[in-house]
Amino acid sequence: MSDPTEEIPEVDYVEGTGIPIRGNDIDTDQIIPARFMKVVTFDGLGEFAFFDLRFDDEDNQKDHPMNEERFQDANVMVVNNNFGCGSSREHAPQALMRWGIDAIIGEGFAEIFAGNCLALGIPTVTADHESINALQQWVDDNPDGKIEVDVAAETVRYGVPESDDSGAEQNSESSALGNEISVSVDDAQRQALVEGIWDTTALMKANRNAIEATADQLPYLDQTRSDVEADD
Amino acid sequence: MSQGTLYDKVWDRHKVTTLPNGQDQLFVGLHLIHEVTSPQAFGMLQERGLEVARPDLTHATVDHIVPTANQDRPYADDAAERMMAELEENVRDAGIEFSDPTTGDQGIVHVIGPEQGITQPGKTIVCGDSHTSTHGAFGALAFGIGTSQIRDVLATQTIAMEKQKVRKIEVTGELDEGVEAKDIILEIIRRLGTEGGVGYVYEYAGETIENLDMEGRMSICNMSIEGGARAGYVNPDETTFEWLEQTDYFQEHPEKFEELKPYWESIQSDDDAEYDDVVEIDASELDPVVTWGTTPGQGIGIDDPIPAPEDLAEDKQDTARRAQKHMRVEPGETMEGYDIDVAFLGSCTNARLPDLRRAARIVKGRQVDEDVRAFVVPGSQRVQRAAEEEGLKDVFEEAGFEWRNAGCSMCLGMNEDQLEGDEACASSSNRNFVGRQGSKDGRTVLMNPRMVAAAAITGEVSDVRDLKEVNLA
Repeated sequence: MSDPTEEIPEVDYVEGTGIPIRGNDIDTDQIIPARFMKVVTFDGLGEFAFFDLRFDDEDNQKDHPMNEERFQDANVMVVNNNFGCGSSREHAPQALMRWGIDAIIGEGFAEIFAGNCLALGIPTVTADHESINALQQWVDDNPDGKIEVDVAAETVRYGVPESDDSGAEQNSESSALGNEISVSVDDAQRQALVEGIWDTTALMKANRNAIEATADQLPYLDQTRSDVEADD
Repeated sequence: MSQGTLYDKVWDRHKVTTLPNGQDQLFVGLHLIHEVTSPQAFGMLQERGLEVARPDLTHATVDHIVPTANQDRPYADDAAERMMAELEENVRDAGIEFSDPTTGDQGIVHVIGPEQGITQPGKTIVCGDSHTSTHGAFGALAFGIGTSQIRDVLATQTIAMEKQKVRKIEVTGELDEGVEAKDIILEIIRRLGTEGGVGYVYEYAGETIENLDMEGRMSICNMSIEGGARAGYVNPDETTFEWLEQTDYFQEHPEKFEELKPYWESIQSDDDAEYDDVVEIDASELDPVVTWGTTPGQGIGIDDPIPAPEDLAEDKQDTARRAQKHMRVEPGETMEGYDIDVAFLGSCTNARLPDLRRAARIVKGRQVDEDVRAFVVPGSQRVQRAAEEEGLKDVFEEAGFEWRNAGCSMCLGMNEDQLEGDEACASSSNRNFVGRQGSKDGRTVLMNPRMVAAAAITGEVSDVRDLKEVNLA
């Protein structure tokens, strides 16, 4: 078996265009309704992201940013507070990732959700209410505008003028100098993403001796081990 | 940082090392798995050519998708059958013990762990389910994890985590008649907010908590996550030890009980433990709590008016407006009299034997309102059998409730038990999120089990204190 740690990319920087998803307390039942979790793989979950907010009973599209043509190529989601609360289902970030999301900027994230994002290499960076509101508004006005999430430096830049030859750039009202906001990235998350050590299986498996030493010191352990003898 | 708390002690005992990213690697004493969040993890393991490191510390059950009416195999729902078959294959290949329905031990994962005695004080317990915090009622350090983390645990029996802060929630005062553990936790979430616990572990303490039975403590720890706290716990005491002594494991190994008791006592929070935050709650002021909105933090006493959004903190206003529109309630009204179509008595929060007993005392000799479909889904096959033996099934059925088999059922609507259209449900479960119970227009009112019983009888949200309890034979 090759060392899987070598394949884990560093996620020190994400750039792309944004999509605003407004509202506090957006729970994982909204991000991926439970009926779409009756599966044994994560494949194809992208199309069910926010399904009940995007489609009515007859599968007609409802007003939702993810249905809008202008946001179809977005990869940076901008959300409000306590995003991803509720169930521990990794299906939620899996669905967002498979829809195309590479990074999420928000006022705050539920803990399990943020941990699940980290396990997929998706940064969840936070900023204050005013900065997020301003960014959501800017994304609405500039769906093709570039957002740069610098995980290592803990900044988000947007509205930075492109060089003259960028014909796709709309004539936006953003300041000539662009905007830079400072964001917070949890210390361990930042280090894990920047150094490409966010997939922890191989990292932890390597500590085999220390794992056994810890287990040996636990008073309850021999009993749950019962008759089964691990053959390693 | 906290010092000398149960959390600190259990963390330290299980810490393997500090990882290069700054997280700690923790040994996992018990890994519970079920059919919804584990199959992908087994798939990832296979892709990487890894095996399950400690099948002896892993235990499986089936709960989320299991039908509660007809459990004949193959299940009527193909997707459910496929998930069950996949789990069966995975546990067979890995040699993992599986409390499947044929064993008589099946049930919701957070009900069966404590029943079998594998949930113990001072253990680290993880499961791919956010309500794993339930096991904290025994003084275990227990939290929900995602599927990639399940892969980590399967492969290494360890998990990468950051240490959190500890908030002590001290609850004092005698509970009023009709008020239960469920009301305490709904009040805590209302006060501290659905995001108030992010970054914290909650230690529930104080005389009111100490006076609760284990089932009540489980109801409280269960909903820690609804307040944003990934884990919550109660220090183990004589009530805990009495429960443990009666479980399979310690009945079979009574010497282990004496052997482990000093460990359980050693991990209790010290009298002079330091906390990052302390909150005090006077429970004697509580009325039965019901939710008016679409987050578990949107609760009020049964006599209290629904708040006007503009009277709430600014960051709660939008959520409140959306919730009131969805629920079709107006500020200033109380929830009393809110029409109910469905009464659901079940879930890992409130489907244990004492929950069903208390509800049965309200139901006995009365009839479910003719416009309400009401059903009881016991938390496990053991709860179901015990309830049947003491006649609770008959009490519920005579009143017009359906009596079902064990599972998660309408708590999250992954099996056939779902709300239809805009039905309103009086529910003893833990989440009132939009769409949670299977219909995106469905409306959920969270409440304690006796309040669910009362709503089933009257057809509307009611104050259970207005219904006289009947002694069961």
